[in-house]
Amino acid sequence: MAVVEVRDLIKQFDGGKVHAIDGVNLTAGDGEYLVLLGPSGCGKTTLLRTIAGLEEPTAGDILIDDHVVTGLPPRARKIAMVFQSYALYPHKTVLANIVFPLRAVGMAKEEREQKALWAAGLLGIEKLLARKPRQLSGGERQRVALARALVREPQVFLLDEPLSNLDAKLRASARDELKSFQDEIGTTTIYVTHDQVEAMGLGDRIAVLAAGRVRQVGPPVQIYDDPADTFVATFIGSPPMNLVSRDGHLVGFRPEHLLPAENVRTDDRTLMPLAVDRIEYLSGDRHVYGTVSRIGEKARVVARLPSTVDTPISAGETHDFAVHASRLRFFDAGEDGLRTEPIRLGV
Amino acid sequence: MTVTEAEVAPTPVKEPARRRLADREGALAWIFLMPSVVYIIALVALPFGLAIAFAFSDVSAGDPSFDWAGLRNFTRAFDDPVFWRSLGNTFVFTGVSMVFIVLFGKILANILVANFRGKWIVRFLVLLPWTTPVALSSISWLWLLDSIYSPIDWVLRQLGLLERGGQMYWLGEPGLAMSSVIAVHVWRLVPLAAVILMAGLVAIPRDIDEAARVDGAGYWRRMFEITIPLVLPVIAVSALFGAIFTFTDMAVVRVLTRGGPNDATQVLSSWAFYRGIDGGDVAGGAAIALFLFPLLLAAAVGILRVVRRIEVG
Amino acid sequence: MVAEATANSAAQAAALRRKYTRRHVAARIGVYFAAVVVALACAGPFLWSAITAFKQNRDLYNPANNPFVFNRPATPDHVTYLFTDTQFVTFAWNTLWVGVLVVVITLVFALPAAYALARLDRPWSGPLGIAIFLVYLVPPSLLFLSLSRVVVGVGLQDSTWSMVLVYPTITIPVSVWLLMGFLKSIPKDIEEQAMVDGYSRLGAFLRAVVPLVFPGIVAVVVFAFTLTASEFIYSLAFVSPPDQMTVSTGVPTQLIRGDVFFWQSLQAATVLVALPIAFVFNLFLDKFIAGFTAGAVKG
Repeated sequence: MAVVEVRDLIKQFDGGKVHAIDGVNLTAGDGEYLVLLGPSGCGKTTLLRTIAGLEEPTAGDILIDDHVVTGLPPRARKIAMVFQSYALYPHKTVLANIVFPLRAVGMAKEEREQKALWAAGLLGIEKLLARKPRQLSGGERQRVALARALVREPQVFLLDEPLSNLDAKLRASARDELKSFQDEIGTTTIYVTHDQVEAMGLGDRIAVLAAGRVRQVGPPVQIYDDPADTFVATFIGSPPMNLVSRDGHLVGFRPEHLLPAENVRTDDRTLMPLAVDRIEYLSGDRHVYGTVSRIGEKARVVARLPSTVDTPISAGETHDFAVHASRLRFFDAGEDGLRTEPIRLGV
Repeated sequence: MTVTEAEVAPTPVKEPARRRLADREGALAWIFLMPSVVYIIALVALPFGLAIAFAFSDVSAGDPSFDWAGLRNFTRAFDDPVFWRSLGNTFVFTGVSMVFIVLFGKILANILVANFRGKWIVRFLVLLPWTTPVALSSISWLWLLDSIYSPIDWVLRQLGLLERGGQMYWLGEPGLAMSSVIAVHVWRLVPLAAVILMAGLVAIPRDIDEAARVDGAGYWRRMFEITIPLVLPVIAVSALFGAIFTFTDMAVVRVLTRGGPNDATQVLSSWAFYRGIDGGDVAGGAAIALFLFPLLLAAAVGILRVVRRIEVG
Repeated sequence: MVAEATANSAAQAAALRRKYTRRHVAARIGVYFAAVVVALACAGPFLWSAITAFKQNRDLYNPANNPFVFNRPATPDHVTYLFTDTQFVTFAWNTLWVGVLVVVITLVFALPAAYALARLDRPWSGPLGIAIFLVYLVPPSLLFLSLSRVVVGVGLQDSTWSMVLVYPTITIPVSVWLLMGFLKSIPKDIEEQAMVDGYSRLGAFLRAVVPLVFPGIVAVVVFAFTLTASEFIYSLAFVSPPDQMTVSTGVPTQLIRGDVFFWQSLQAATVLVALPIAFVFNLFLDKFIAGFTAGAVKG
């Protein structure tokens, strides 16, 4: 059980032209499930590979269990990795795949097979041991990859978007299994994904990355309720947080908190007229699209009305909506869009 | 909102148009293939047939008329000890060459995919043996292996491995001659083998190599348990192609030794050339060369089996 | 054997890092060393050729002299001899235009054929593909006898044009195979899109597919040219007048008179021919590899 620490990490490619990682500091605690979340190109996979030792940092250090491992090859770091493509050895059987890392360290044959059977049992793939990877389904391959990782009893698990190759239906149940798997094993896990639903569901803490920097680290609830900047605010949440410009600031509020005025507590609420454009019906919720004014510049917003709110709204009309003050978030309108102190809106 | 029900007029079934397109496809396929097929039939299949006919005739440079000669050419060939020596030499030449070509080709391929400064220049230099016309490079080797002037001998003398004024008869001594011919042929083909194997190496997904690294495998284990098994199909196919090429090649032999000394390096194709063109005995040459074909056919079946296994696997 | 020593303490971790740095450095040195050895082994003879081309006779014909340096001053005489007293320029020119023509013919024949076999699904595609492969198996050393008759019959004996006629038999089968590999790796959507856009099958082929298979075409061009330039047995069998010869047969014929070898000029010719071809080949090597990869992976 280890702590992973990333210190002042910088990774550049192409002679300094590409800044994949631009100064990252991060830790993962003992037994923690840390998710690296961000859009493609944000550096999360590069960060994972640097922790694994598949890339050498341009500057900075990686520490595993308080020992500096920068410069050590992957096999000396006691880590295990599951690749996005699973990277199973196509010419070997499932058993041979799982046993491979144990042979690499010279473990005796009986012990190897015992360990392999244990790992296979944990992932429910005992029946597949004689098959070759091409005979397996996506979900089965993922489990073999996990078994191969597990069997080394590493200090850290590194997972690179392991669910993205599965079809949507499978993903939810696979996510479930992953979570209970990690609960059972208890090993520190660092998990990379671009899917915020996965991140919110799996992580103990989420690190949101963009353009090679960490924008915010925290438990899912915190990331959602207390975004550190506009990037996090709009990346997390579907539909994303509404942002309205006002005097060099951005006023933000999530769609589910933008409700018809009559449905919002009257103490300390902010009113805004919403010119309704269209309404979508999705899984029992109503998504109301329109334009608000008065609290700032005119802006297009979305309001998510749950089925419990049945105030009649129709397209083409302007209806008074409101957001409770406690739900407003304020951001600087500059490039970074950092969170600022609340402003009195006086509306 | 009401949905207007428009009368949709039934469109005429597209059969005629489809048939036209399909026809064009069939016709197109023929048009695309015919030129190549005709050309190959005219310039390969027919001459092949002609060669077979020659083998059973008495055609020669002096008497170009075609008279049936039955199996006479074959019996004459079989009675000639040089024929059997050539046959044996051909197998030795091919077998030994291929082993070295595959081995060195693999090593060279690994070097070429590695990352280092000056890779472009090294690749350029390494390609030279293959891209040079074989006649010219073999002539260079003629001097390099000359019994008096060989620079190789000179280096060996400087290193003390050869006594003063000593000479290696690279092309004069039967055993050495065969080794020299094999060595030059290997030198010539290794770059091509390396390029093909490089393609095979590059086709291995990077993930798999990285997974092996993370799993704890060092360089040699990765090489023998992951890389080589995955490149094996490419190695097999190119080895078989190379063997076919070597089996029928006569360029190096002809330039370096003309089959000598005393037919020690004579191979079937050079012997056929010698008899057929130099000697004017067209029929005899054809009979000798024809002997290559059944062996090649067997090899072809072998390659096809391997290729099929790769496609299935 | 115990597992790789893991970092159980700071001192051990530092020692481990040093060990791996050493290994890493050793590996780098190893690679450079191997690269140098390999480059010398392959190109050594050419290096020697380049030096020899400028050696004086008395320098060259002395077994005691160091063959790698100029023991007497270098002389350009033999190189100029190559240009003034032999038909080297003619040979080079012949090689060039024969090469270009053969390449063009090969592409014109092989590309449509490969397309037909790879894309237009006809029931006889499979067997025909195998037949093409079998053609490769019928070697020049078997065919040259009968082909020389054919060449005589067509009236092209002793003419450079005989090579233009015959060389495609060598280049077309291999090119078809190569191009099939490239073509199979191009997704069908592209042609289908072109056909939806209104082009006929032929139009789709010309406009959509040909540009995409361009790397394959480049690979074929390079491969076919080098095969042609290097070809030996047919040109030896078909052509005797020197002004019709290519470099491959012309140089040996004119610079070897009986037992007399004009070594320096020969070496000059070798180097002059080898370097440009290797240079061009190297430029296109990456595309060439892509061709083999496509072929091998898709079968």
